[in-house]
Amino acid sequence: MATTKDTPAAREQGDKSAVKASDLAAATAKDGVLFDVRDLEVYFPIHEGFFKSMVSTEKKFVKAVDHISFQVMQGEILALVGESGCGKTTTGRTMLRLEEPTGGHILYKGLPVEKFTSSTLHAYRRKAQIIFQDPYNSINPKQTIFDIVAEPLEVNNVTSSEREKEDRVIKAISEAGLRPATEYLYRYPHELSGGQRQRVCIAGATVLEPDVIVADEPVASLDVSIRNDILKLMVEQKEKMGVTYIFITHDLSLAWAISDRIAVMYLGRIVEIGETLEVVSNPQHPYTRALISVIPVPDPLAKREHVILKGETPNPVDIPSGCRFHPRCPDAIDACKETDPPEKLIGGDHYAACLRIGE
Amino acid sequence: MSPKAKTKASEKKAKTDKKAVERIEHAGLLDVRELTTHFKLGAGDVKAVTKVSFVVEPGESLGLAGESGCGKTTAALSILKLLPENGRIVSGDVLFDGRNLAKRTEYGMSKIRWKEISIIFQGAMNALNPVQETGKQIAEPIQLHEGLSEKQAMVRVRELYDLVGVSQKRVMDVPHQLSGGMRQRAMIAMALACNPKLVIGDEPTTALDVMVQAQILDLIARLRKELHLSFILISHDLSVMAETCDKGVIMYAGEVVESGTTTNIFNNATHPYTRLLIKAFPNIHEKREMVSSIKGDPPNLINPPAGCGFCPRCDVRIASCATEHPELIEVEPGHFVRCVLARQGV
Repeated sequence: MATTKDTPAAREQGDKSAVKASDLAAATAKDGVLFDVRDLEVYFPIHEGFFKSMVSTEKKFVKAVDHISFQVMQGEILALVGESGCGKTTTGRTMLRLEEPTGGHILYKGLPVEKFTSSTLHAYRRKAQIIFQDPYNSINPKQTIFDIVAEPLEVNNVTSSEREKEDRVIKAISEAGLRPATEYLYRYPHELSGGQRQRVCIAGATVLEPDVIVADEPVASLDVSIRNDILKLMVEQKEKMGVTYIFITHDLSLAWAISDRIAVMYLGRIVEIGETLEVVSNPQHPYTRALISVIPVPDPLAKREHVILKGETPNPVDIPSGCRFHPRCPDAIDACKETDPPEKLIGGDHYAACLRIGE
Repeated sequence: MSPKAKTKASEKKAKTDKKAVERIEHAGLLDVRELTTHFKLGAGDVKAVTKVSFVVEPGESLGLAGESGCGKTTAALSILKLLPENGRIVSGDVLFDGRNLAKRTEYGMSKIRWKEISIIFQGAMNALNPVQETGKQIAEPIQLHEGLSEKQAMVRVRELYDLVGVSQKRVMDVPHQLSGGMRQRAMIAMALACNPKLVIGDEPTTALDVMVQAQILDLIARLRKELHLSFILISHDLSVMAETCDKGVIMYAGEVVESGTTTNIFNNATHPYTRLLIKAFPNIHEKREMVSSIKGDPPNLINPPAGCGFCPRCDVRIASCATEHPELIEVEPGHFVRCVLARQGV
């Protein structure tokens, strides 16, 4: 838990384990593991009124991410899938240190992200970028496309000349699929469609040639007819430029379409993780099975049985005892109320956390 | 009775008789015939909906689908005459239960709205009044249309909460105290408040989580069966339409490009646009492949193109498509397609 001593500034001054920018520059991904998240915990304190805080000593927390561990391999697309409130966005943001973890470790190329000094963090953010859901609100309407894409270069002071800057901006814009790039440079966001704006966001994220991009619902606000091109672009950049993507989505079918591995999250936990095709064709956790069963299929003749879960995701302040999914689980047994299920290996690198696996 | 009152009464009787005579014969519960709706803009009229026709039978569900800007919502709002000020129905008829809504006055429409046709809006958070108790908002149309007191209306509201699966304890909650799913259920309760014959759902599940979407679609399907409701689902999500509707209408650039039963549309898609649109959805039960988006943008509806509106984006177009505007062709009974190639059985 975060104490006053554990602030980033305090860490920088006193902590000998703080990671300097030079360490980051020298680090490499060993065995292809780009991120190693270990027992990560992100709790947000609830601020109660004065009276309540005097009367009760118990402090309450929103347990957004509740002890999760996983790895992200270099050059893969890892999808974090789950309903709203499952902690997928918090996980992604914490990996970029946009949120402070309250426990556990995030190792980026073997270095603990939570121990980065502010100058290391500055260098780190060049390597780790984020794309937001809404391309209408996440770019400045008063800037030209050139300015939007060039801003990361200016902030990070990475180009030596105007010429180089222009070249890199043009390269990023055309790689994001806006071709010819010179036609778009001096346009404003309002002149572009939603899909084109999202491409601008992607160009802004890739212009620094990052190792990893966290894409937070990048196509949720786009029309069906154009979202596939954005997804294709992500796959293309992964293949050609080796960009690792952490693809956050609520839509399992989109995750299935482009990701290499899927992590299904529920109420702050990863309930199932593994290779995408394996998880979708052989789901082991009842929550994953339910999610897959309710994906609408564009075929009226295929009458599939829907497993519709009752109720809604519980409040992440009061997490149910034992297996946190047991109140909604169609297969729950008595033991589920008491035992928090550990992750079980299904095969390969497919894990699921359910007591009833292998019965 | 004074002679004056007598004449008034007879006049009234004549009026009701006249109304009875006026009952128009038409197919189904709702028969939309060649509906055309335009929006006035500085640059000219936006031809948002052009000659759209479809029929909804009692108890049937019809899906209106297409990309944003294809006119699906405008078509639905034209039925209720809820268009913004610059919008108007230029021509065509909206025949509902023996009356032509397109010719009805605003006062006449107020008797139809909610009492006979109601609508579920997309964002329940925006459609509900944030500072009024949800239950009271639902009671309002009941008080207005049925002439009940608030107390009597609240009894009905509690029944409705049971029907849509929200605890009766929540009737006095304001919208922000309800979860997204509950708000959408409250919207459905409101739509059902006056026992309408037809409910229009404008993207009723779009802003919801997958599991909540499944719950809401399941609820709508159950209520339709129990209350024998007709339902129009407006959605950009074809797969939702495939799972919930009996019939479908695919719109593009303000026109119907394909219509028929959902089996017609999904298992025998004939228009190139419908085919591309269906392919755009990842289907986890099939082989994984990366499908391209549909290239290009829909045409400008201020000056619609002379030929087929989809021609510039079409992957099977022929020379005549750019100049010749295709008519709807019946390719099999009840299955209509607006494409020149359909005539040749492609």
